[in-house]
Amino acid sequence: MRAFANLYNALDETTKTTEKVAALTDYFAQAPPADAAWAVYFLIGRKIKQIVPSGKLRAWAAAEADLPDWLFNESYDAVGDIAETIALLLPDPVASSDRPLHEWVEQHLLPLRKAGEERLREAIVEAWAAMDQSQRFVWNKLLSGGFRVGVSQQLVTRALAKVRGIAPSVVAHRLMGDWEPTPAFFESLHAEQAHEANISQPYPFYLAHPIEGDPAELGDLHAWHAEWKWDGIRAQLIRRGGETFLWTRGEELVTERYPELAAVGDALPDGTVLDGEILPWTSEAPLPFAQLQRRIGRKTVSKAILAEIPVVLMAFDVLEFAGRDIREEPLATRREILAKLVAEGEFPRRLLLSPRVEALAWSDLAAVRETSRENHAEGLMLKRLDSNYGVGRKRGDWWKWKVVPHTIDAVLTAAQRGSGKRASLYTDYTFGVWDGSQLVTIAKAYSGLTDDEIKKVDAFVRRNMIEKFGPVRTVKPELVFELAFEGLNRSTRHKAGIAVRFPRIVRWRTDKTAADADSLQTLRDLLPPDRA
Amino acid sequence: MAPLLFHRAPPYLDLLAKLPSRLKPPVHLISRKPTRREQASGYNVRMTKSILLETTADGLYCAPGDFYIDPWRPVDRAVVTHAHGDHACRGCRRYLTSTPGEGVLRVRMNPGALIDSVPYGTTVNINDVSVSLHPAGHILGSSQVRVEYKGEVWVASGDYKTEPDRTCDPFEPVPCHVFISESTFGLPIYRWPAQLEVFESIRAWWRENQREGVASVIFAYALGKAQRIIAGVGNDIGPIYTHGAVEPLNQAYRASGVPLPETAYVGDGKADWSRSLIVAPPSAQGTPWLRRFGAVSTGFASGWMRIRGPRRRRTVDRGFVLSDHVDWPSLLSSIKATGAERILLTHGYTSVVTRWLRENGYDADVIATRYEGERDDGLVELATAEAADEASTPSLFDGTDAAEAR
Repeated sequence: MRAFANLYNALDETTKTTEKVAALTDYFAQAPPADAAWAVYFLIGRKIKQIVPSGKLRAWAAAEADLPDWLFNESYDAVGDIAETIALLLPDPVASSDRPLHEWVEQHLLPLRKAGEERLREAIVEAWAAMDQSQRFVWNKLLSGGFRVGVSQQLVTRALAKVRGIAPSVVAHRLMGDWEPTPAFFESLHAEQAHEANISQPYPFYLAHPIEGDPAELGDLHAWHAEWKWDGIRAQLIRRGGETFLWTRGEELVTERYPELAAVGDALPDGTVLDGEILPWTSEAPLPFAQLQRRIGRKTVSKAILAEIPVVLMAFDVLEFAGRDIREEPLATRREILAKLVAEGEFPRRLLLSPRVEALAWSDLAAVRETSRENHAEGLMLKRLDSNYGVGRKRGDWWKWKVVPHTIDAVLTAAQRGSGKRASLYTDYTFGVWDGSQLVTIAKAYSGLTDDEIKKVDAFVRRNMIEKFGPVRTVKPELVFELAFEGLNRSTRHKAGIAVRFPRIVRWRTDKTAADADSLQTLRDLLPPDRA
Repeated sequence: MAPLLFHRAPPYLDLLAKLPSRLKPPVHLISRKPTRREQASGYNVRMTKSILLETTADGLYCAPGDFYIDPWRPVDRAVVTHAHGDHACRGCRRYLTSTPGEGVLRVRMNPGALIDSVPYGTTVNINDVSVSLHPAGHILGSSQVRVEYKGEVWVASGDYKTEPDRTCDPFEPVPCHVFISESTFGLPIYRWPAQLEVFESIRAWWRENQREGVASVIFAYALGKAQRIIAGVGNDIGPIYTHGAVEPLNQAYRASGVPLPETAYVGDGKADWSRSLIVAPPSAQGTPWLRRFGAVSTGFASGWMRIRGPRRRRTVDRGFVLSDHVDWPSLLSSIKATGAERILLTHGYTSVVTRWLRENGYDADVIATRYEGERDDGLVELATAEAADEASTPSLFDGTDAAEAR
């Protein structure tokens, strides 16, 4: 595991993409396939289920380090990461083992799932004693199921492609869907031809860039296809070998959670892959995204919820037809095939074709875009009619043209320390708006400030704390920030009665005082009409 | 200015009682019984038999000797532990420091400042108080101040480390009744790796950069850390260049008899930077000054680099764990070695160390100072922010700005 821990350090240490790819390439070129398979698995963000709750891990580590709980907690406060705190506090190792990663994972980690508490503790303490600090850190991350590295799947793909000289798009495709981190899998990543097609495997999703500047600069509108940017869950519906698979963009297999879409899949001709958006939809119109959220987490869906929040697949692309990968065909051709599929198939109204938004001029299209919210869309998508279906996020032929977000001015009411890079700085903020003479919490937001601003706000928080609730510090309501958010809905779970989506900080309004911030009524006026 | 001894309960006692414990002010020592109201409010007063050193608005003050140790405002008579900015204040009428520390203190104080120096271990009398200085191992000339009056001995540590350092005399434990200690890195997460390994990793990084054809820029405090690195890394790999804030101090070190490998001031000169190690203060990071070197790899040497968060926030290519302060195990063993029963903590993780000491049978308290220890430069790190809060607690109520006061 030393090589993997070193790789982790190398990736963690640098912010330069070229150095990250170089570190990955070195590792993949040298690691035995059994190790490399697990490395790929963890690096692209696949997780194994948490083996030990972090509370237990903490308690055992404190006992090993011979520290009282309060001192362990003070240390954790300063570090901000439990795996790292433990790695730093444990006594120096008695020996440093060079057991390979796959052995640690397969023979030591995974079997612990069934172990009783005493056995679990013994095994973990024994492992700690054999590891140096950086190995312990990685090991703790694996134990707690929270392993994250600052590399994107794209970088891993690039490094793998470079090691054996194959196209990144091929590697990307082979990393999709369900696979086991075995040596055979790692070897098959490099194979000229995939030995055995994995029928459940989705294609890498093609993603659009947000458009900057005037869309009219994209040229002749006739070369472009416009459609709504739907506010749901991006998904691929696959019908192959008599089976149906529904994958979300987060690469989660969710076929069973959406039985109405599984039924659509069953009715598709064999060898078909559709790309679209899962939307909550009743009687010809979508429901707010908040409704869909009630289904996202559920593994089993009751009849009641199926009736209350039915979903559709709003299809906008077809990637495989009659068993053939047609991603290289132009969009116009793919849309024709898709339109035919939807029109001719017999689907119980659960498969819809994302309609083309027609306009004669860019200015007309801009006007249509203004009606996005009424259409339950986040804006428009612009796709070149001659574009193929690419891999990952590329510039040029697919753009998202979102509506301008709502913005409000809100007051900073509380703050909490961040984690990871921002541990020990107050970076997680709570904001309120006026409801009469009271500030009610409306949003929490983390990003959008420069490092310099973060330092200033941190200093303000430290000097203006009022009360302490666990890790949260309430502060004097003084600082005003402009927040942007994508939409808002009624909510019975939020004190303000409103839930906002994707809140983020646009800028610090140093020109405003708390009294100038917006009121709850301003937000109520932005609510969509109540359909209930 | 009169010492901050409250003989009556201050007006904001009721407010204090409501504060969360973290924000409570540090202890104030008094030589009478606390009033009932003081006790009930949780205002931190402690009765003590004698007070040889106490905190005042101007610094650590020795009343029987009428002098200050490391004052933070200009005073008549200052005993200075070392020349770092949070310990040596410009504009005092007269300074006393160790003989090896005189040179660097002169670089830092106003021209013509009246500086007396005394060899380590030599006792001088200031009024009726015997004062002697003992090596603290922090930087060249750094001292612990031993103060003896009527048979009672107090030692103020200033900043210190126990690891050997070829650029200064090694720390010596000084037996005393009361030990006033720093606690910059007073958490068990801080354990320093062997310094030879750290120097070796700096050398490896430098060589790797030479192979890649990029200059190696290492950020380190201009006074102390920079010279320790230069001495520890050596110039057999390539030439060492220095920033304008570092070079005069190198010269002061050499003039004081500390041998350092040859270094050259970057100045406006041109050189093959890609082979060289460039030593610069942390404030040079991200400035146009760096452009002259072309492609660089950057490193930062500090105790804070032990933790991943600060390491990543620094956005340097390499973090090297190297500190001129004691780590947790050395802090505890140094305290033990003094034989003191009473420990007062001045800066850093003071409340943590106090609690640990109390649970282990010591009489320990936090006292208010404005020392900062090793700053995680530019960041308001927990340790320094709390030290600052504590140093200016009343400002919580009168609205002055604690950070600006620093």
